[in-house]
Amino acid sequence: MLAAARCIVYRDLLLAMRRRSDVATALLFFVIVASLFPLGVGAEPNLLRSIAPGVIWVAALLSSMLSLGRLFAADYADGTLEQILLGAAPLGVVVAAKALAHWLVSGMPLVLIAPVLALQYDLPGSLYGVLALSLLLGTPVLSLIGAIGAALTLGLRGGGVLLSLLVLPLYVPVLIMGAGSVDMAAAGLAPDGQYLLLAALLVVAAAFAPWAIAAALRISAE
Amino acid sequence: MQRAYRKKGDNSHVLQAADLACERGGRTLFLGLSFALSGGELLRIAGPNGSGKTSLLRILCGLLSPSAGVVRWKGTPVHSLKEEYARQLVYLGHAPAVKDDLTAAENLSIACSLAGLPASEAAVRAALERYGLPGKDQPVRKLSQGQRRRAALARLLLCEALPLWLLDEPFAALDAAAVELTRGLILGQVARGAAVIYTTHQADGLKESRVVNLDAAAA
Repeated sequence: MLAAARCIVYRDLLLAMRRRSDVATALLFFVIVASLFPLGVGAEPNLLRSIAPGVIWVAALLSSMLSLGRLFAADYADGTLEQILLGAAPLGVVVAAKALAHWLVSGMPLVLIAPVLALQYDLPGSLYGVLALSLLLGTPVLSLIGAIGAALTLGLRGGGVLLSLLVLPLYVPVLIMGAGSVDMAAAGLAPDGQYLLLAALLVVAAAFAPWAIAAALRISAE
Repeated sequence: MQRAYRKKGDNSHVLQAADLACERGGRTLFLGLSFALSGGELLRIAGPNGSGKTSLLRILCGLLSPSAGVVRWKGTPVHSLKEEYARQLVYLGHAPAVKDDLTAAENLSIACSLAGLPASEAAVRAALERYGLPGKDQPVRKLSQGQRRRAALARLLLCEALPLWLLDEPFAALDAAAVELTRGLILGQVARGAAVIYTTHQADGLKESRVVNLDAAAA
C-alpha cells in the first residue's frame, strides 16, 4: 500500500521534473499576480502592509488552482488513469499520494517564495514566519479540496472554468484563516487560534478528501 | 441467460458474466449477454466498430458498471471485490497507457509497481528487449506508434503470474514480428492455465479462440 503511494509520488515528481516549464508557470503566476498589486495601488507603505496577507493568499489560491486542471486530465488522456484505477492498492491511498505530489510541486514552492514577496509589501520581518507557516498549513488543504474538483470535472468540456467555480468557494475558509493569521500577528495578537483552525481543516481534508476524490474519479472515468 | 444462473455455484469457471447489458450515450450496445470462462480458456470478443467490445472489456475489469447484470470472479461479484479483483488481472486498453515524458523502462516499472507486482530493473530491461526496445533512455514521446504499443505490451511478460488477461486490440499497430510474439505470449499464458479475453479486428485471430459475438447480443 505504501509502496504504491511512494510509487505515485515518485512518478508525479519525475513527470514534473521532465516538464519543469509547467511548474515554473504556476510559480511565476504567483509571483506576478502578487507583484501587480503594489504597482496598481501605489507605494503607500501602510496600505501595502495591510493588504499584503490577503493579496498573497489570494495569489496562492489562484496559482494552486492553475495546475489542478492537469492533475488527472493528463493521466486520463493517455490511459494511465485506468491503470491507476486498476491498481493493487486502495484508490484512496493512491489519490492521496497524487494530492501530496501536487502539493510538493505547486504548494511547497509558494511557502518558500512567499517571504520574498512579503518583502515588496514591506511586511515586518516577524510576520514572514507567520505567513510561511499559514501557507504551509493551508496549501495542502487547497491541493486536497482541489483534487476533488479536478476529479469531478474530469473529461468535461470547459472543465477548467467549471473547476474554478466549483473549487474557489470551497477555498474561502482556508483563505479567511490563512490571511487572518497574518493579520492577527500584525495586530500583535498570537495567531495560535487560526493555526489550530487551519490544522483542523488540514486533518479533516486529509481524512475525507481522498475517499471523495476516489469516488469522483471512479464516476468520471466510466 | 438461464444457463449462466445455473452455473452460479460452478467453481470450474473463474469468470462469469451474467445477463450483462450496456448502455452508452442513450444507445443500448448489448443486452442479456452471458458467458463463463474457465482457467486455460481463450475468448475473443467479436463485433463491428461501435458494437461495444471495449465497453465489455471495461465492464469485465470493473472500470465500467454494466447497466444490468453482474460479473463474477470465482463466484463473487467483482464490484464487491474491488482491488482484490484488480490484483488478479491485467487490462491493456485502447490507449497504450504510457507517459510520454518517461522512458519505456520507467513506464514499465511504474506500471508494475502500481499493479502490485514490482519488477526488478533487469526484468524490465529483459521484457523490453524481447519486445525489441533495447534500453534506449529516451522518452516515449520520441517513439513511433508501434513502439509505444510494444512498450505497453511488454508488461505482459511481467504479468505471467496473473490468472486473467483482458486485452483490447493487442495486435493493433504492431508489425508481423511483434504480432507473432504477442500471439505466442497469449497462447503460452492460456497453456499456463490463465483465462485470456481479447478483441481484434484482424481476421486471423487465434484459432483456439472461443468467440462472443456482440452483433448477436445487440438490442
